[in-house]
Amino acid sequence: MSASTLPKSVDGMLELLTSRGYLAERSLATVAYLSLRMGRPLFLEGEAGVGKTEIAKVLSAALGRKLIRLQCYEGLDVASAVYEWSSAAQMIAIRLAEAAGDTDREQLSSDIFAERFLIKRPLLQALEPDVAGAPVLLIDELDRADEAFEAYLLEILSDFQVTIPEFGTIRAPHPPIVIITSNRTREIHDALKRRCLYHWVDYPEAERELAIVKSRVPGISAKLSQQVVHFVQALREQDFYKSPGVAETIDWATALTELDARSLTPQLVGDTLGALLKYQDDIARMQGDTLQKVLKDATSD
Amino acid sequence: MTAEVSCTMTTIDHLNPPTGHMADNVVGFGRALRAAGIPVGPGAVIDALDALQAIEIGNRADVYATLEAIFVKRHEHMLIFAQAFDLFFRAAEDWKHMLDSVPLPDHAKKKPPPASRRVQEALAQPSARDDVPQIQEQELRLSVSDKEILQKKDFAQMSAAEIAEVTRAIANMKLPQAELRTRRYQPDAKGLRLDMRRTLRSSLRTGGEIIDIRKLGRIEKPAPIVALLDISGSMSEYTRLFLHFLHAITDARKRVSVFLFGTRLTNVTRALRARDPDEALASCSSSVEDWAGGTRIATSLHSFNKLWGRRVLGQGAIVLLISDGLEREADAKLAFEMDRLHRSCRRLIWLNPLLRYSGFEAKAQGIKMMLPHVDEFRPVHNLTSMEGLIEALSAPPPPHHMSRIRSAA
Repeated sequence: MSASTLPKSVDGMLELLTSRGYLAERSLATVAYLSLRMGRPLFLEGEAGVGKTEIAKVLSAALGRKLIRLQCYEGLDVASAVYEWSSAAQMIAIRLAEAAGDTDREQLSSDIFAERFLIKRPLLQALEPDVAGAPVLLIDELDRADEAFEAYLLEILSDFQVTIPEFGTIRAPHPPIVIITSNRTREIHDALKRRCLYHWVDYPEAERELAIVKSRVPGISAKLSQQVVHFVQALREQDFYKSPGVAETIDWATALTELDARSLTPQLVGDTLGALLKYQDDIARMQGDTLQKVLKDATSD
Repeated sequence: MTAEVSCTMTTIDHLNPPTGHMADNVVGFGRALRAAGIPVGPGAVIDALDALQAIEIGNRADVYATLEAIFVKRHEHMLIFAQAFDLFFRAAEDWKHMLDSVPLPDHAKKKPPPASRRVQEALAQPSARDDVPQIQEQELRLSVSDKEILQKKDFAQMSAAEIAEVTRAIANMKLPQAELRTRRYQPDAKGLRLDMRRTLRSSLRTGGEIIDIRKLGRIEKPAPIVALLDISGSMSEYTRLFLHFLHAITDARKRVSVFLFGTRLTNVTRALRARDPDEALASCSSSVEDWAGGTRIATSLHSFNKLWGRRVLGQGAIVLLISDGLEREADAKLAFEMDRLHRSCRRLIWLNPLLRYSGFEAKAQGIKMMLPHVDEFRPVHNLTSMEGLIEALSAPPPPHHMSRIRSAA
């Protein structure tokens, strides 16, 4: 890994992220910086839509590294996460060997378990050398995968090597930059967290969120962006089942600019609430007087 | 510890036991440990005798360390051993002058530590020793228990009779093993999916001719269980037993989360992971602040739904709600939270000890509110009904009925 491209300080990391339009909390920049310096995976947990996945994308773009993403889901196994043998190609190879009259079994087995029959999945790709430097490996929503997969991942993250029984051991010349995200649909085991640097990504405060909206939604008027952020911040203080994340704020601001809105009105908010709240119960609670009150507070400044 | 082997039998007049024989003492001590729940076989007793001869018995601490090294094989037994040792060798007056200079394991706690009643009872069993205070044994009663048991200091003290009774009964309960098919596969001769990789590898033995076809089948795993246990005053007679039950389940299964609620919600999953029931229940009781207080089911369910629901109800969890449903302030909020809980788990089983009364009717407002939102409503007040619960957990889930597809009204 060429260390020259890596930021030299927390401020450097902040600048690097900001230059790509990711306005991070200083605490997040600190943890990200440390994980690069120490070569430890970064474990990000937080509500949906607070920018956990985004940071991996931004980091890979800023450092000029390849981004390899492994989206986790229930039932994820080695064949879809690490590697698989291309059995169709292998069978053709066997038939060809037969046709050519090769009967040497030893030779045959070493031939058909060669690298060209190996289908490499994200985790194995991340261990491969890259001219641009070690890639950024994003393991997204790890909580959706089964616990058994977590144990396997633990092995890979500890020594960055994979052993394929028919083929041998593949070891990464430079360990990739690993970022793991979780939405907490279940608790991740302590053993895995122990190896990582942990950070809880929280909702941004009003000032930062305003900056994010302005940088992400070009063409939004100053007044509208103010009102949008105030309104969303007020929503988060309500006791909703699912509070809107930053992604929702950006969506909503974009939606409002698409509708050529200049400022928030009860009618407008009522019609576009689906961009912010994704549960019927939550939307039902935000009708009538509650909506009026929150809106009044948000637009009074 | 000095390890000077003396070939002659050392006389242990230091121990000054009533019987005067080291062998008898060690055998008796081994018996006491066994009665207190530490597995001690005759082999260990013989080892202990050998070890005591191998060291020069100079002080109590050496004897303690030696016997501990032999008898204690698991961390959670250390506490029981310490108490048993203290009680058993307490009568030795000769130790007194040495005790000042010898560091002893520290268990001079303010409250009686867990397991002590167990140990005392174990020592109080008929034996050659008669200087141990006789402790009155409590019988296992499923319906009556001292109120103070639920207070911190006494909750940690279960009588050996109770523990034995409950754990024996619970050990006999066959927990359901495999019931949820996961989406991952493993080699399985009866499986439905072709395992090309292993099939090809085996074909190489026959020069590339595919003769034996390998299959994959789905891995089956027990469903996660989430227990919500009401510890309010009206439930106090049952709380301990349920905790024992949950502790047994936690021991057998990997994925069990346990929450206690009275006026507030406490997650005691980790506390129940301790292997020894005394220790598990003790750390449970120390992490809860509202034993046997009031009950606020709606508020507790709300905080569960908000803070924990998404985190523990994944992978098709079964929820056991153990509560009598006696909630004074039953309102629409309770129904709402029950509904949410019901929708976010695979099965919601409500266990209500009040169901033991044959004339029980759902008159209380809270119970009426909660009933429409459960898949099953079962009694749970004695071992029989607990066994019934186990059966229910093993059975395939009933089909989702219409209660799930209610109109918004």
